[in-house]
Amino acid sequence: MVDPGTIDPKILDILQEVKDPEIPTISLLDLGVITEVRIGENEQVRVEMTPTFVGCPAMDYMKRDVENKLEQNGYSDFEVNVSLEKPWTTNNITERGKKALKEHGLAPPPHLEKIVDIDILENVKCPYCESDNTELQTPFGPTLCRSMHFCHSCKQAFEQFKPL
Amino acid sequence: MENQAAKELLYKMADDALIIGHRNSEWTGIGPMLEEDISFSSMAQDKIGHSWALFKILNKLGENEPDIVAFTRNAEQFHNCQMVEFPIGEYNFSLVRHFFFDLAEYHRYEMLEDSSLGDLAQLARKIKGEIKYHVLHAKTWMKNLGNSTEEAVSRLQGSLNELYPMALGMFEPSPFEDQIVSDGIFGGESELMSKWRSSVMEIIDQTQLELNIDGDWNPLYGGRSGVHTEHLQPLLDEMSEVVRTDPAAEW
Repeated sequence: MVDPGTIDPKILDILQEVKDPEIPTISLLDLGVITEVRIGENEQVRVEMTPTFVGCPAMDYMKRDVENKLEQNGYSDFEVNVSLEKPWTTNNITERGKKALKEHGLAPPPHLEKIVDIDILENVKCPYCESDNTELQTPFGPTLCRSMHFCHSCKQAFEQFKPL
Repeated sequence: MENQAAKELLYKMADDALIIGHRNSEWTGIGPMLEEDISFSSMAQDKIGHSWALFKILNKLGENEPDIVAFTRNAEQFHNCQMVEFPIGEYNFSLVRHFFFDLAEYHRYEMLEDSSLGDLAQLARKIKGEIKYHVLHAKTWMKNLGNSTEEAVSRLQGSLNELYPMALGMFEPSPFEDQIVSDGIFGGESELMSKWRSSVMEIIDQTQLELNIDGDWNPLYGGRSGVHTEHLQPLLDEMSEVVRTDPAAEW
């Protein structure tokens, strides 16, 4: 999550309006793919972004959406840069972001400690009925950042934003 | 030439990822079940993304743009190991290839996390997290099917025997092996192979499958220096069909 300490809250409010192109309930800020926002003299804006997965095909759209939003709000001197300098992990997702994922019917990822244990893909809490009686179907899904699960309690398939 | 050792490493990694990525994508629509269709398609997308990121690093080192490098070279200019270019075959062939390949990828990126080539170290730390899911997938199915019906076990056994010498081709020593190790770019192919062999056997030992890794195997070398099977060029022709039809196309 971007450290809001030094950022003009006005620009954070503007960026908060830029949503994930495939999960419109979550903002890019809450998703944690915007890693740095700096405002220099003369309202010069510099935004650092990083992809969720290296091959994420939505990265260019996200970058363009941020640029468009800045432009619409009267900023003319800005630079949006994509790098792996501060690599994304699911721990970048804010609490508000996790709620937004759930609203979209996606199980939010658990908080990861230093060592990632793959077992956390098992018994993921069902976003529909909260049951733990669930099973991993495949660690892959309709987008690179999701895995697929089945809930034995409510008999529904669901997806998880998988921990990385 | 400056950076030649690093470039050799980056090219072979990028080409491996690009070619296995395209082969994996051939399972789209025809996987043995929906989840497998999705898994191979997702891994394909990851791999092609990885190759793009590696080509970007090469681009910073003075090579051409990723799309040009990926789509305009001929087979003899590719440095992928031969294993990745073989057609997908039946599911058992693709599964065993994926198992051998991704265990090696995992260790390769793990070793590269501390590479003296900063961009590569950064990328390795990122990709390692993604490959973890590829490895999980491969291990799960090797264990499931390697302990299942007689047909499953015998099919996998056949593919293990067929693919093991091909897999050894992944570790074909580079002419820059000493330099790349002493420059701190990469720990070298032989260290990688020994880590890989342990991880392979750890899984094989949990199944009814057998693999004599100390046997008299004849590694399938050549890919790293541009020697390829008859399967690569048709794949490249197919991959570059659009760009050859209209080189200025935008999509």
